[in-house]
Amino acid sequence: MQDGYALELKHVSKNFGNVAANHDVSLNVRHGEILALLGENGSGKTTLMNMIAGIYYPDAGEIYINGERVMITSPKDAFYYGIGMVHQHFKLVDVFTATENIVLGIDNGEKFSLKSSAGKIREISSRYGFEIDPEKKIYNMSVSEKQTVEIVKVLYRGANLLILDEPTAVLTPQETRKLFEVLRKMRDDGKSIIIITHKMHEVLTISDRVAIMRKGEYIDTVETSGADEELLTEMMVGKKVSLNIDHPEPHDIRERLVVRNLSMTDGEGVRVLEDISFSVFGGEILGIAGIAGSGQRELLEAIAGLRRLDGGDIFYFDPKSGEKEDLRNKTPLQIREMGVRLSFVPEDRLGMGLAGNMDIVDNMMLRSYRKGRTLFVNRKNPHKLADKIVSELEVVTPNVNTPVRRLSGGNVQKVLVGREISSSPTVLMAAYPVRGLDINSSYTIYRLLNEQKSNGVAVIFVGEDLDVLLELCDRILVISSGKVSGILDARNTTKEEIGRMMTKTGGVDEND
Amino acid sequence: MTGSVIIQFIQSSIAQGTPLLFGSTGEILTEKSGNLNLGIPGVMYIGGICGVIGGFLYQQSTTKVVPVLAVLIPLIFSLAGSLLASLLYCFLTVTLRANQNVTGLALTTFGVGFGNFFGGSLIKLVNSDVPSIALTKIAKAYKQPLPFADKLGWFGEVFLSYGFMVYLAIILAVVASWFLKKTRRGLHLRAVGENPATADAAGINVAKNKYYATCIGGMIAGLGGLYYVMDYTNGVWSNNGFGDRGWLAIALVIFSMWKPNLGIIGSYLFGALYILFNYLSVNIAMMHIIQMLPYLVTIIVLIITSMRNKKENQPPASLGLSYFREDR
Repeated sequence: MQDGYALELKHVSKNFGNVAANHDVSLNVRHGEILALLGENGSGKTTLMNMIAGIYYPDAGEIYINGERVMITSPKDAFYYGIGMVHQHFKLVDVFTATENIVLGIDNGEKFSLKSSAGKIREISSRYGFEIDPEKKIYNMSVSEKQTVEIVKVLYRGANLLILDEPTAVLTPQETRKLFEVLRKMRDDGKSIIIITHKMHEVLTISDRVAIMRKGEYIDTVETSGADEELLTEMMVGKKVSLNIDHPEPHDIRERLVVRNLSMTDGEGVRVLEDISFSVFGGEILGIAGIAGSGQRELLEAIAGLRRLDGGDIFYFDPKSGEKEDLRNKTPLQIREMGVRLSFVPEDRLGMGLAGNMDIVDNMMLRSYRKGRTLFVNRKNPHKLADKIVSELEVVTPNVNTPVRRLSGGNVQKVLVGREISSSPTVLMAAYPVRGLDINSSYTIYRLLNEQKSNGVAVIFVGEDLDVLLELCDRILVISSGKVSGILDARNTTKEEIGRMMTKTGGVDEND
Repeated sequence: MTGSVIIQFIQSSIAQGTPLLFGSTGEILTEKSGNLNLGIPGVMYIGGICGVIGGFLYQQSTTKVVPVLAVLIPLIFSLAGSLLASLLYCFLTVTLRANQNVTGLALTTFGVGFGNFFGGSLIKLVNSDVPSIALTKIAKAYKQPLPFADKLGWFGEVFLSYGFMVYLAIILAVVASWFLKKTRRGLHLRAVGENPATADAAGINVAKNKYYATCIGGMIAGLGGLYYVMDYTNGVWSNNGFGDRGWLAIALVIFSMWKPNLGIIGSYLFGALYILFNYLSVNIAMMHIIQMLPYLVTIIVLIITSMRNKKENQPPASLGLSYFREDR
C-alpha cells in the first residue's frame, strides 16, 4: 500500500456560466477499492469526473494523487498520473481494429509494431479476464466489446485509477455480471475504481464505499456494507423542496390517449421499451420520471409517429366526437390528417424541434407550411404568430428574423413551446422542456403547461427534477430500463418512493 | 494491333496516367486527414506554372543549361507554389474553419486563373508567335529515360523509357500506402480523418495533422502539374492545356477507394481510357464521349462499393467536416 489516498479532492468547484455544476466537493478514493458515485441526473457526477480526467479544469479546489498535489489540465496529464476514464459515449474509431484504437496517440519512443501491441493487449486481457480479439474491427463489435476495448485502452496506458461513467447503462445483465468480475479482479490487483451508476442494486453489489452527490454538492461517503437502498435513496434525492408551482386539481378529466402493451426495439435490436401501458387524460399533467435513457425519448417518439412499434396499441379519443382512433404505426402527417392535434416538444430542441439557421418566422412555418394551396407561401400569418409568441412569452431576440440558433437556450425553448401550443393541441408532449433554463424561463414554461392543462389538454411532461415533477404533475409514471415500474399519484407520494422505483431494474428484481 | 502500337498505347497511357497519380496520391493523403481539398486541380495548375516560371528564369539566365539545375530549380519552384496554395487552404479551413467545398472550389478557380495569368504573361514576354511558351532544354532534362532503355527491346520501351517523374509518382504512391498502413503517424493521421474528437482525446494534435497532410499532399499533387508541362508536353505551356486532369485525379481517389497503391493501377487505366479514342476509328465528336469513360468507371466503382457497403472502402468518416473541440 502506498501512502495516502489514491485520489483526494479538496473543495473542488466548477461553474458553467451562472450554473454551479460542482460546489465545494471533497472526496477521496482509497487504493484497491471500488467507489460508487451516486446521484441523480444533473447532480454533477460526470462534471466532477471530467475534471479528474483532464477534460475540464476546476475553478477552485485541489486534487491530490497519492498524497501529492497535482494539476490536471489535459487528458494527457491524466494519463501521466495514471488516471483513465471510460466515457459513456465511446471514443473509438470505427474502421480501426481494437489494437489500433488502443495504441492510438501513444508515442513512447518504442518501435511501432501492432503485433507486439496485440500481444500486450492479450496479456492484459488474460490477466483480468477480458474477452477481446485485438484484430477485430470496432464496427463489428457489440456494445460490450467496445466497452472492453475502452477499458483495455486505459489499462494499456498504465492507469491505476479507472473512472467508469455509467458502464452498465448499455449492458445486458449477463454482460454486467462479467464486467463486475473484471472490476473485482482489477481491485484485487490494487487498482482504484470509481464507478458512476444510477442502479441501486449494482451499487450495493459492486462497491466498497458509496459517495453521494446531490445538485452539484457532495453529501457523504458511506461504507456499502452498512448501507441499504433506503438510506442511499434518501441521501440521493434529499428532502422535499417547496417550489411554489401552481398545482390546480384537475377537473373534468377524460381519457384522451391510451397506450397498451407497447414494445419497441432500437436499430441495433436492443429492446428499449417493453410492455408499456398507461393512459393520459385531458385536463391533467402526466409526469414521466426515470433515469436518463430509460426509454422516455423512444416512448414519446413512438406516440408522435416517429418510430415503428414491435407490438402494442396507441389509441386516441377525440374530445369532441369521442371517436376512437388508432395511432399505431402512423406517420406524423397521417396522424395530423386524422385530425389528431398532437404537439411534441422534443428533447433535442435544435435538432428535432427547430431549424437553427432559420429565423423565428420560418420556424413557425415548419408547422403550417401545408396550409394554403398557392405556389407561394404565406408569410403573413406565421409572422403574426411569431410576433405574438415573442411578445407574450417575452422572448429576448433582436427581431423575429433572427436565426433561432443565435438565441439563448431559454428563448429557443420558448419559441418551440410557443409554436407547439399555438396549434391548440389536444395532446402536448414535452421532453425535458426546462433543461438548461434559468428559473424565470422555467416558471414561464410551467405556467404554459398549467394553462394547457386547464384548457383540457392532455399534457405529458418528461422531467428530471423530482421536486418539479411532484409539484407540477397530477400523476407520475415511473419508467425504469424501458419498463413501467409504477404510476403514482403525485399528491400522495414522496421523492424517495419515486427514486426507488426509478432505480429498480424493470419492475421486478432480477436474481443475479 | 501490332506490337509497336501496343507498346505505344501503353506508353501513352502511362504518360497520361502519371499526372493523375500524383494528384490522387496527394489528395488521398489530404483526405485521410478529413480535408476534402477540391482545390487540387488549382494546386496542380499552380504547381505546373510555378515550375514553368522557375524553368523560364533559369533558361533566361544562362546559356548552358545544366541538367541537374534544370530539374531542381523548376521542382523547387513548383513545390513552393503548391505549398503556398495548400497553406492558404489550410488556414481557411482548419484555422478559420471555413467551408471546405467552397474554399476548395475557390482555390481551383484561383489556381487556374493564376496559371493562365502568369502563363499569358510569359508568352507575352518572349513575343512568341504561338500562344504557348516552350522550355525544350529544361524538358530534355526531365525526359531523360533510364539507362539501357533503348537496348532492351520491348521491355526497355515499356518499363524504362520514361523520365524520372513517372517513377517518382509510383514511389510516392507506394510510400504513401506504407505510411498510412504501417506507421504510427499514419495511424494517427487516419484517426484524425475518421474521428477527430477521438484523436483529440487520445492526445493527437488534430490541426497539425491536417496542416501537414494537406500541405504535403498538395505538394505531391503539384508535381502532377509539373510533370505535365515538363515531360508530357515537352516543356510547352499553353493556357488551359492541363484541362480537366485535376478533376480526374479526384475521381481517381474515389476509384482507388482511398488506397494510394491501387491508384497506380487506376491512374494507368484512366490514362488508357482517356486516350482510347486515338486507337478507335471514331470522329472527333466521339472523342469527348470516350474521354468521359474514366468518370463512368468511377461511378460504377461508387455504385459497387456502396452496394457492398464495406466500411474500409468508404471515405474517411469526417471527410469535409471542420473540427472544433466542444467547450461543453
